[in-house]
Amino acid sequence: MSQSAEKVLDHFDLFRQPEYVEMFEDKKSNFEAPHPQEKITEVIEWTKTWDYREKNFAREALTVNPAKACQPLGAVFAAVGFEGTMPFVHGSQGCVAYYRSHFSRHFKEPSSCVSSSMTEDAAVFGGLNNMIDGLANTYSMYKPKMIAVSTTCMAEVIGDDLNAFIKTSKEKGSVPEEYDVPFAHTPAFVGSHITGYDNAMKGILAHFWDGKAGTVPALERKPNNKINFLGGFDGYTVGNLREVKRIFNMMGIEYTILGDNSDVWDTPADGEFRMYDGGTTLEDAANSIHAKATISMQEYCTEKTLPFIAEHGQEVVALNHPIGVEATDKFIMEVARLTGATIPDELSKERGRLVDAIADSNAHIHGKKFAIYGDPDMCLGLAAFLLELGGEPTHVLATNGNKEWAEKVQALFDASPFGKNCHVYAGKDLWHMRSLLFTEPVDFLIGNTYGKYLMRDTGTPLIRIGFPVFDRHHKHRYPVWGYQGTMNVLVWILDAIFEQIDRNTIVPAKTDYSFDIIR
Amino acid sequence: MSALRQIAFYGKGGIGKSTTSQNTLAALAEMGKKILIVGCDPKADSTRLILHAKAQDTILSLAAEAGSVEDLELDDVMKVGYRDIRCVESGGPEPGVGCAGRGVITSINFLEEEGAYEGVDYVSYDVLGDVVCGGFAMPIRENKAQEIYIVMSGEMMAMYAANNISKGILKYANSGGVRLGGLVCNERQTDKELELAESLAHKLGTKLIYFVPRDNIVQHAELRRMTVLEYDPQSKQAEHYRELARRVDGNCGKGIIPTPITMDELEDLLMEHGVMAQVDESQVGKAAMA
Repeated sequence: MSQSAEKVLDHFDLFRQPEYVEMFEDKKSNFEAPHPQEKITEVIEWTKTWDYREKNFAREALTVNPAKACQPLGAVFAAVGFEGTMPFVHGSQGCVAYYRSHFSRHFKEPSSCVSSSMTEDAAVFGGLNNMIDGLANTYSMYKPKMIAVSTTCMAEVIGDDLNAFIKTSKEKGSVPEEYDVPFAHTPAFVGSHITGYDNAMKGILAHFWDGKAGTVPALERKPNNKINFLGGFDGYTVGNLREVKRIFNMMGIEYTILGDNSDVWDTPADGEFRMYDGGTTLEDAANSIHAKATISMQEYCTEKTLPFIAEHGQEVVALNHPIGVEATDKFIMEVARLTGATIPDELSKERGRLVDAIADSNAHIHGKKFAIYGDPDMCLGLAAFLLELGGEPTHVLATNGNKEWAEKVQALFDASPFGKNCHVYAGKDLWHMRSLLFTEPVDFLIGNTYGKYLMRDTGTPLIRIGFPVFDRHHKHRYPVWGYQGTMNVLVWILDAIFEQIDRNTIVPAKTDYSFDIIR
Repeated sequence: MSALRQIAFYGKGGIGKSTTSQNTLAALAEMGKKILIVGCDPKADSTRLILHAKAQDTILSLAAEAGSVEDLELDDVMKVGYRDIRCVESGGPEPGVGCAGRGVITSINFLEEEGAYEGVDYVSYDVLGDVVCGGFAMPIRENKAQEIYIVMSGEMMAMYAANNISKGILKYANSGGVRLGGLVCNERQTDKELELAESLAHKLGTKLIYFVPRDNIVQHAELRRMTVLEYDPQSKQAEHYRELARRVDGNCGKGIIPTPITMDELEDLLMEHGVMAQVDESQVGKAAMA
């Protein structure tokens, strides 16, 4: 055997040893009944054609690799942004294991979340007892300040009513009567993780503002000078929220970040385990009703939350994941307009530095073609930035984008000379993207970790921007918002471009006349 | 506009729930009320008499066609019938497959989000049979129907169902605002029907809102897919439904938290009225010839 205690081979090398190579060959020829290699090659080649693309886009009853996750994931994301809050998902355990591992793999942090552990009997008799026991256990074992409840498919199909269940649980003494248990119905088979974020955020605000499910009088709004900030579902939340706070502090404004999960997903290794860390205080969450306005960085993450806030009398502003000079200008100027704050010189300088950096590197991005996929707002933000740089966002695809979103992206294309040959795809998946990349190739693909399969298949270099990013570490620590955040995105794009140039010029005595030190 | 009133009709299958509710709502419309009917029965026949046709375009059938409920517009599913009564049917699967209860949840969420409840005085939910899963209890969740009217008759199983529905209401009544508005007895001409209905209402802590006498005119109207109110507004039966409508209208806020009884108590009730003969325990399960 090639494996020995003296010299342990890792999986990269182990399975390349002769006995494994031989074993895999035997398995294939003896048990897998494979098609001949020519046939396989022929089919692969066919999947790259326009003929196949047309069939692929006519697909109705099948989704392959959707670029979206389910509602409760977004609900958990929103919940952990509040101080000492334990997300409680009413439903099956396996679902919760998925949310926890998904976040842990992206943020490289433990991610606490509990389930009501519904099984066969709960499916038949309803999950009330699971709620009663679950809330009691969560409260006594993990001592959270708040428990934010959401649901999985199972609880939704059998029609469990969270409002009634939580009230009954309180009557049965699971948690004290006045204890905060906001809730949101988040059926995973409706919408996506951004819908779940929206529902959960609205549920939490409605809880604090509208009288805690009828247990106390609704708050009366007494407008003050603060603004609320909603980040939306965002894989860069750690870097972004810290950057936004830095900008707001620089501007000297009073603000409340609603759902600040930047600390809980970036706890220090100093010997103390923090199940909860940072977060919007419950007092601030309640008092956020008095703010004069609320800014949402992601319109499609707050489609229900923003109207809810507007109904309570606040001005609301919805942006689309602003990246770039123009988009960041709009963000900063909206903040200045709403608060009456002046824009500090230091921020103007940051803007100037970004413009300078863009001017330095613009020649390399101008005319390059990109394919982008991800959440609707991020697609809009990245496409706008690429157009600003003179790049062409040739394919923009969001599985959880709707018709209205597609029109918005099209309007963005129409407003720029670089948008002429660009197309938007709402509700399509990554298998559609594969056809797009083969039939109308681009220079770079921008997307999350799952894009690496498209990179392997189509040879299009992948720039990892989005959620989740599992196979590169610590990207979530970098902001992508603000002038400095935009700088990061610019650098990531440029890195990919230069690496590609190096790859294309690396063969000695053949292409290395362009293998330059200076780019 | 006065505050939106939401009511729901529940009752055992085949009891005449949809007929009673549509006639009552037609009478309410005659009183000048703006009404929305939300049919929560997969058979989609809760609005047939108002529309003169079975609604084919149910929310769920259209959603299934379009791919998802998010792709629907309110105009696609809302039909307007007799006296401008707005009608929607949630629809649902064929018997034996799928989950009709989830369909009710999906439909009601859709209607609320699309603003279907704006500009109406009454929303009425017509719900099939017993409360059999959480989905069928959707209309009695917080901020939905304030009062439930149970359509029943003097038959044992109809009374059993009425009692079961009361159990469902009780579950939600303690934690929310839903109340039992009362019983509506749809005459089947069983023995001592009126007394029985009244005593069951009494046991449940509520009242018999109305005793609707049996009249073949209801069947004649049904054959023409009409309510009696429209088919023969001068008839005595139409007047009965008008009175029922007035009582429902005047019953706002007068609902109660029901006190459901056990199966034994229900049997005792039938015996008390002499409908069921007192039997010796030793006789239970023995055939007549034995």
